Amino acid sequence: MTLAALRTHGLCKQFGGITATQDVSITIARGARHALIGPNGAGKTTLVNLLTGVLQPSAGRIELEGEDITGMPAHQRVRRGLVRTFQINQLFAAFTPIETMSLVIAQREGQGADCFRALCRHAGAVDEAIALLERFHLAADMDVRTSMLPYGKRRLLEIAIAVASRPRVLLLDEPVAGVPVGESKEILDTLSALPSDVSVLLIEHDMDLVFRFATRMSVLVNGALFVEGTTNEIARNPEVKAVYLGEASHA
Amino acid sequence: MLTILFDGIAYGMLLFLIASGLAVTLGLMNFINLAHGAFAMAGGYLAAVLSNRMGVPFVLTLPLAFLFAAAIGAILEPTLYRRLYRRPHLDQVLFSIGLVFMAIAATTYFFGATQQFVKLPDYLRTRFEVAGIGIGSYRLFIIVICAILTVALQLILTKTRFGSRLRAAVDDPRVAAGLGINVNVVFLSTFAFGSGLAGLGGALGAELLGLDPSFPLKYMIYFLVVVAVGGTTTITGPLFASLLLGIADVAGKYYVPKLGAFIIYCVMIIVLLVRPQGLFARAGGR
Amino acid sequence: MATAPPASRISTTRFLRSTRIRSYEIVVWALAVAALVVFPAHAPLWNEIAILALFAVSLGHAAFFGTGCYAAALFAKHVMPDPLVGLAVAAIAAGLLGLITSPLVLRGSDLTRLMVTLGVALILFELANRYSEITGGADGLQGVVMGPLLGLFKFGLDGRVGYSYSLIVLFLLFVLARRIVNSPFGYGLRAIRDNRLRATAIGINANARLAAVYTLAGAYGGVAGALLAQTTAFASLDVLDFHRSADVMLVLVVGGIGYLYGGLLGAVVFTVLRDQLSALSPEYWQFWLGLVLVIVVLVGHERLARPWHRLADWFERRAEASRAGVEASR
Repeated sequence: MTLAALRTHGLCKQFGGITATQDVSITIARGARHALIGPNGAGKTTLVNLLTGVLQPSAGRIELEGEDITGMPAHQRVRRGLVRTFQINQLFAAFTPIETMSLVIAQREGQGADCFRALCRHAGAVDEAIALLERFHLAADMDVRTSMLPYGKRRLLEIAIAVASRPRVLLLDEPVAGVPVGESKEILDTLSALPSDVSVLLIEHDMDLVFRFATRMSVLVNGALFVEGTTNEIARNPEVKAVYLGEASHA
Repeated sequence: MLTILFDGIAYGMLLFLIASGLAVTLGLMNFINLAHGAFAMAGGYLAAVLSNRMGVPFVLTLPLAFLFAAAIGAILEPTLYRRLYRRPHLDQVLFSIGLVFMAIAATTYFFGATQQFVKLPDYLRTRFEVAGIGIGSYRLFIIVICAILTVALQLILTKTRFGSRLRAAVDDPRVAAGLGINVNVVFLSTFAFGSGLAGLGGALGAELLGLDPSFPLKYMIYFLVVVAVGGTTTITGPLFASLLLGIADVAGKYYVPKLGAFIIYCVMIIVLLVRPQGLFARAGGR
Repeated sequence: MATAPPASRISTTRFLRSTRIRSYEIVVWALAVAALVVFPAHAPLWNEIAILALFAVSLGHAAFFGTGCYAAALFAKHVMPDPLVGLAVAAIAAGLLGLITSPLVLRGSDLTRLMVTLGVALILFELANRYSEITGGADGLQGVVMGPLLGLFKFGLDGRVGYSYSLIVLFLLFVLARRIVNSPFGYGLRAIRDNRLRATAIGINANARLAAVYTLAGAYGGVAGALLAQTTAFASLDVLDFHRSADVMLVLVVGGIGYLYGGLLGAVVFTVLRDQLSALSPEYWQFWLGLVLVIVVLVGHERLARPWHRLADWFERRAEASRAGVEASR
């Protein structure tokens, strides 16, 4: 039996009287292109927060490549290769993109605790940072403070950080949310270009993107897994359509 | 020993009265006001002046001290404090420390550095025995007044419209403003009221706490402990914290004089370690 | 992933030059040395400024200052009068205190942290008071005699050796702090302050880093306190007093937190201000200090610091221009 990249067993999360996540058991296979969809408020971001350790589950287990990470602190999960992007950009407003990327790469290479050699002297990290920024068409802005960058570029930076972290399991929380159609191409190209041994869980509302990208889908409704299957199966499932017809459709 | 308990309760209730204004300011405006003790000092000095130099009866000085301190608060809030609500806490701390320095220096200038005394009426200087416990009438008076005020506070908060508006504004100022509650007026009146209470406490407790220009600094740490341990979201939190602190301090100074204050700080640190949000705060409160 | 450097690296990023020594930095240190040469009689005052600046870099917790001060004084009195060894001992003692108390300051709101820090300082104060047989209590520790520095330079009453010593220590520690700020560790700290969630999401262990920097700040504060003990041959309860922290806070308000040179600048301004104000009206300088504090906070230190930033930028541009001129004429 091949090891799943990420697996949960009966994951639950309660906030006072509200059950945000109900007994979710989901398996993301190696190299998967797995989408998580569901109406607003279904608990998708909560699930990602549980997987990454931002929130502690009320019950259940999480396994990353066979290792139980339920009690592991968030930063250690990142070091094991579990990387996410945030639905609302979480960036370092005071840093420039080159500083952010260099820091991410240096941290990844285990040099985060270096107190003596200046970050800009870590030539390997800086070179890689520049190369990545060029790939994301951010090179022209690499010395501009992040707080001054337009939204689309900040979103690109958010994705770039995730790619720079060399993830083994990548959780993408609505990567193209709020990005104008003209600028979303870079993001989509990046997603397609991800190495095949990286396992991806994609949360999205944009159904075109989902159907183009994902091979497997899970539908989350009211915090519980509603149905799961291949993309074709889900597309033909009448119950899924009913769940989505309950709310106004978004572009 | 019960006498000590009694004295501790009196001390604690006094602390509560003064610190309650600080708790509300912190909970409502998220403003760390280290100058709060200066308002108490203002009330105390007014009472001393009125009772000693003008022969005003002690009981009458209390509401006057309240009004005096409240007036100062009502002036300072819109002119100075309001500009700093959004600032980082460090700025607020520095600002209020600056105010304290000015208050201490000004008080020393006008009144000298020696302790001031409030003229207590004769009927408050008596002591009597009840079931073997020595009770000073002054301390009894303090407890009674504070208890009445505490109950009144609780009633105002829970039963009046102003109280509802205040609680709404504490919970979420933006939503409260959106509902038509004039948040500025609420802030102003609450700040003035809290300062007034401090002034009243200062006048009431001048004989118990000791009134001299260093009062705000001496007692600031106590008020902060009350607020930090008791939380800012309830009345009962700071009340219990004050009582605990008052009893512990009095008992400590009596039984273990060399280590008195020391124990308070250790206990406070331990409490804050275990429950950083204070002993009584609602989860999610500030 | 070592590939050939991409072609665009030729038009290089400003980032790579971020550690270059700026010209205003040279000016500052030159002035500091000049102060001793030109105004040797004021050496004790310069010494005070240097110590305060170092203390400001450490963010000014009186507990560390006091610990370092007493550690150095007691070490000199009972163990060994060599100043450099005493300095190391004080740094370790204060650093240890920082390490032990770091779990206390990692949790809770601003108010909680303030209370815990105050509480620790007050406990130490009470302890020093209680054990006044050892610490000398309020009167201060008597009989501290410092040995000569490096076996050669004796600490004299004129304070010149003292100031030189403090200045050199300040400079070395400052250089160290500068390196740390520009290192991945320093960037990690700034990242934690900027967006802790994101910092954790790139694998940074926030609590461990904060504990480490708190320990370091403790050591720095301890060194500042030790310098005071060694250059004045005295230690008293005053070093654990709240006003030490209050002084630093004013320094930081003036200089701005997060700018290394802000602490230096603030230290100069504060000490000069305090001296002038207490000469004006000795009993009531506290009033003017309070007033200054209130005004400075109200005006906002960004607005206050702007002229200094402009001055620094102006220096920079002149230096760049002259450098470009030199290049062009080759």
